[in-house]
Amino acid sequence: MNFFRQVFVIAVKDLRAEIRTKEAINASFAFALVILLLFSFAFDPEAETTREISGGLLWIVFAFAGTLVLNRSFARELPNDCLDALVAAPISGAALYLGKAIANYVLVLAMELVSLPVFSIFNNVTRPVGQQIWPILLVMALGTWGLTVIGTIFSALTVNIRLREVMLPMLTYPILVPALMGAMLMTSSLVMGKPLAGDNLTWLKMLIGFDLIYTAASLALVEIVLVG
Amino acid sequence: MRDKIIYLLGVVALVILVWNINTIAQLPEETRQGVVFKIIFFHVPMAISAMTASAVALVASVLFLITKNFKYDALAVSVTEVGLALLAGNLVTGSIWGRQIWGIWWAWDARLTSALVCWLLYAGYLMLRRAIEEPTQRATFAAVFSIFAFIDVPIVIFSIKWWRTQHPQPVFWGGGSFPPDWTTHFMWNMLAIALVGTVMVAVRLRQEECQREIDSLRRMAHAI
Repeated sequence: MNFFRQVFVIAVKDLRAEIRTKEAINASFAFALVILLLFSFAFDPEAETTREISGGLLWIVFAFAGTLVLNRSFARELPNDCLDALVAAPISGAALYLGKAIANYVLVLAMELVSLPVFSIFNNVTRPVGQQIWPILLVMALGTWGLTVIGTIFSALTVNIRLREVMLPMLTYPILVPALMGAMLMTSSLVMGKPLAGDNLTWLKMLIGFDLIYTAASLALVEIVLVG
Repeated sequence: MRDKIIYLLGVVALVILVWNINTIAQLPEETRQGVVFKIIFFHVPMAISAMTASAVALVASVLFLITKNFKYDALAVSVTEVGLALLAGNLVTGSIWGRQIWGIWWAWDARLTSALVCWLLYAGYLMLRRAIEEPTQRATFAAVFSIFAFIDVPIVIFSIKWWRTQHPQPVFWGGGSFPPDWTTHFMWNMLAIALVGTVMVAVRLRQEECQREIDSLRRMAHAI
């Protein structure tokens, strides 16, 4: 099997397991809803300022709820020693990592695509979001890949340690600061009706750079994490 | 012998530090900022030493992954801890300065924010180490995380810089003005703080080595 076929097999396996159990995606979406509800107590959803901070709110929801999916990614393989079997399988660590990252990407993106309309309705930003939907989707696609790349490698890193659920967000969020910041600022300014140009373009480039650098670093280091 | 060198260095560092504090206290007050300006003699050296520490941590982590020699792991954890302490000192002194000059303890300015993010990154490193029992795994995972954190530092700094800047521009290399004899005092204090950092790293390194020795003896005792 060549590399891409291996990646595909792993990704499909993960997605199939998730579709059958729906444990991570359900929890993740429910959690996203809870955070959206809590936001409505924190500030007045009618106010004009909501638009200015909407990007930030949206990405907080995505980052928090996404972590639930990412936490399960490698933890799912622990019962029955599946992780050992996967590591021992005749595929490279990079293929295993990339397959899992793609599966996580699909799941996190699915959660986000459901949360986005709910968020827009709750915060009365349906019209601005609708007008700029394609640029917003582009930012979501890039930001989520950054989130997934970091989340998946740290999911592998923390799978065998104590306090796994606590450690993953502790490690991922500080690393994700540039990506989340870029995504938040871009989303906010898109919701406020600004085009994807000027400053936004600089942020977009930064986000692409972040994604590329960490994809490369993760692929290079994942073998060490999995095998030691 | 090594212990004696460490103690000697420690004494030298303390002597220079005390002497520096004495000289700095006698310097005239800065025209506009007054006495609080003198915090720069500690604030900037701490930042530079902390940055150096993170670079050493990266080199040590990479060397550990290549050689699997625990000497490098001990070095990585020692410099990270000391660097974190220095960065904390940097943040605190900066905050005190900000209270006097800006009137607020904290501003979400580019440098402050990036320093805080770096602090959190390396605090995560230490927490990760705490959570792993098995020494080889702990050293490997920590080294991988250290590499990830170090890659993040420039991205964090540049991205936050685009976001906003309120921090005063560098006095030394950014066209600021600093009298030449003050520069001399500054350099002496730079040396003092770097020395204090080095001594702390050396002491911590010694502890790590002892710890590993104790662990191996304990394992041996269990094996018998």
